[in-house]
Amino acid sequence: MSQHSDASFPDLSAAIKRRLIEHVCETIEEHAEELTRLDKAVGDGDHGINMSRGVRAISAETEQLVQLETPRILQRVGMILVMNIGGAAGPIFGTFFMTLAKDFRTARDQASLAQIFEAGVESVCARGKSRPGQKTVIDVLAPLSGLLLSGKPLSLAAFSEAASAAAEATIPLQAQRGRASFLGARSIGHLDPGARSAELMIKAVCSVLAKECK
Amino acid sequence: MTNVSIVLVSHSAKLAEGIREMIHQMVGDNVQVAAVGGNLVGDLGTDPKRIRGGIEEVWSDAGVAILVDLGGAEMNSEMAIEALEPRRRSKVVICDAPIVEGAVVAATEASGGSSLAVVRATAEAVGR
Repeated sequence: MSQHSDASFPDLSAAIKRRLIEHVCETIEEHAEELTRLDKAVGDGDHGINMSRGVRAISAETEQLVQLETPRILQRVGMILVMNIGGAAGPIFGTFFMTLAKDFRTARDQASLAQIFEAGVESVCARGKSRPGQKTVIDVLAPLSGLLLSGKPLSLAAFSEAASAAAEATIPLQAQRGRASFLGARSIGHLDPGARSAELMIKAVCSVLAKECK
Repeated sequence: MTNVSIVLVSHSAKLAEGIREMIHQMVGDNVQVAAVGGNLVGDLGTDPKRIRGGIEEVWSDAGVAILVDLGGAEMNSEMAIEALEPRRRSKVVICDAPIVEGAVVAATEASGGSSLAVVRATAEAVGR
């Protein structure tokens, strides 16, 4: 008899886990220069370099990671990001992944995933003492959480598009947290680099899942 | 050492070291001060592992007050505190104060034997 009779999702195969890890890391690497350019406009110009260092540390552990259950992968990925990014993005993305890991075992449908995602968003708000509308990564994560919570049937493509729309929507906002907030109104008109990173990672995850889990 | 200790967390190792020098000139060896600056590869940034190392290096049972320069330093300090053994976590605080003035005021207060709560409150009163 299985110990897991709670009808949770069966865990992903090692092959899919590998594709997810590889594609998220490759996507960030491919956009590292863009992220740094975005951060030069409103911050200290190291976001791409920092994110790249984070994903390289993840890549280096791919073989060990794919052997783990998904919640343990999320936990470990969060810790790797915290220990390697070396900027504000480390605690922000790290806290998000580590919070997803906590209850991920209960994921069985959109409603339970929505709860898990929402807890992740709340943990980022707490870590950054921030909320939606302040031109941060939260402006991508919070609308996606709202979509999941709405209960409307949601395709991976729609989720992916919503992430892009949310990132774009940071452009007219004035930054109120982080280094960009020092620019005041001059932060208006720029895409938030953290929001762009979140968008890129979410789109990478959706594109792999759309291909692999038909 | 029964006095509260200070940990300086800056994106810049030079800045953290400079503030430590200023504090040392004022309070001598009465207060242990750790200067932590830069990310794990030595560039501008902060590193939770080294922040944790700084806290442990100057550990005092009276507590440790952390002064930070910018947002990432604060969040990485939180991560460092969360990585400490549980009984130590409640004895470490991050002061919401400007790093230079806050550190000097906190260290001066700590050198007189004040409690962690008083050291923190004094630092946080700077510029208010």
